[in-house]
Amino acid sequence: MSTIPAELRYAPSHEWIKVEGTTGLVGISDHAQAELSDVVYVELPKVGAKVNAGAVIATIESVKAASDIYSPASGEITEVNSELVKQPELVNKDPYGAAWLFKLTLSAPDDVGKLLDAAAYKAAIGG
Amino acid sequence: MSDPAQLQKTALHGVHQKLGARLVEFGGWHMPVQYTGIVDEHKAVREAAGVFDISHMGEFFIGGPFAKDFLNGLLTNDVEKLSVGQGQYTLMLNDEGGVIDDLILYRMKEEEFLLVVNAAKIEEDRACIQARLAQAEGVLFEDRSAQTSALALQGPRALEVARALLGAGWPMPEHNQITTCSWNCQRVLTARTGYTGEDGVELFVLSEVAEPLLAALLEAGQPLGLKPCGLGARDTLRLEACLPLNGNDLSPLRTPIEAGLGAFVSLKKAADFPGKEVLLKQKASGVDEKLVAFRLTQGGPPPRAHYALFLGEARVGEVTSGAPSPTLGYGIGLAYVETEFAEPGTKLELEVRGARVPVEVVKKPFYKRVK
Repeated sequence: MSTIPAELRYAPSHEWIKVEGTTGLVGISDHAQAELSDVVYVELPKVGAKVNAGAVIATIESVKAASDIYSPASGEITEVNSELVKQPELVNKDPYGAAWLFKLTLSAPDDVGKLLDAAAYKAAIGG
Repeated sequence: MSDPAQLQKTALHGVHQKLGARLVEFGGWHMPVQYTGIVDEHKAVREAAGVFDISHMGEFFIGGPFAKDFLNGLLTNDVEKLSVGQGQYTLMLNDEGGVIDDLILYRMKEEEFLLVVNAAKIEEDRACIQARLAQAEGVLFEDRSAQTSALALQGPRALEVARALLGAGWPMPEHNQITTCSWNCQRVLTARTGYTGEDGVELFVLSEVAEPLLAALLEAGQPLGLKPCGLGARDTLRLEACLPLNGNDLSPLRTPIEAGLGAFVSLKKAADFPGKEVLLKQKASGVDEKLVAFRLTQGGPPPRAHYALFLGEARVGEVTSGAPSPTLGYGIGLAYVETEFAEPGTKLELEVRGARVPVEVVKKPFYKRVK
């Protein structure tokens, strides 16, 4: 059983977002890290990059394959978690904590409400 | 992803689900890619033992007074060299010398052979053989893939596990040999071969025996560190050992000479086989591209199939297999590169998502077990 914190919003492509004012903090779900298993490489966006919701923004590689990570919201990247470059395995160990991927300034904070809540995400992954 | 209901299933499909495996499509089959994790299973095989369901592979029996000559006219290796109880790696080619399949041929009796073929190639191989059988006499052919299951037991402790299961009376085969024994009054073929770079055996049984055999094997092997392993670990293990994967490193557009498998092609044998003329020409005048092993030298994302290799602005090769090596801790791969850049020590660049990563051509294999 995977963990799905109630205070986060989720994209169907398995990213989570935590909103504080106009800032969003993004990572991938526990379900996603379990599906990927054995993460060996994380490629993060550049600070200052502008991204639209649903666009590819990062890459996470497991032993088996490279997987695209999609931004759950539109905005401008303000900070990335460079610790993941050194310790990609954090994605498996702490997907909702130490393995956050990036922060962005939200250009449309209200759109985050259209993402899945914990119950809807749980249903989406067959939980 | 393909609908699992449409995929073929081995006799162990239900067991894999009970063991908590993640199942994926592979060559038209619904197979376990991992149980606990690829790295965990990879390490079990390198350090202790692992067992893989390889029941998806095909088993053909070819017999009769002219079976040997028939096979010598079909396959690249020299069947004359096979004594009873021995096996050899061999290839089936098209008329252009391209690879249809890579297989293992065992001589079970003077006039009976077992051919183990890749899962995705069962139909194609059988069609090839049957087309040639129409012009052959004194050759019997039977495809027993559907009623046969197989387990690959691999790792430094694999033979101990096999001994624990099969008992002191088990006639342990030598390398590349095959023996017959009995377990629970059932016939088991044990072949000393594998696809991981480790020592071990492959066990062939009737499909109804597969489930009790795997259960007994896991129980006997548990104190020795045996783990059930999926196709994910099988792929990283075989890549470290530089064992080619048909469909990735081998294809109908590549010959065994280009793939570096010349040792398994007998151009001296009297028999003609499909593609022989092309291979003779390649042997005489050389090949334009070769399959090489390469590694990342300064970290970076792991290589994957179809990534391009560059020297400056010139594209000089294409990756056919790639992964982060769990044993070595860096990215490794196999690639076809232009022959002048195929020497170990050659420095090239791998293109990954628009960026360049430094790599170096290295000697094969990446991993060789200490004997």
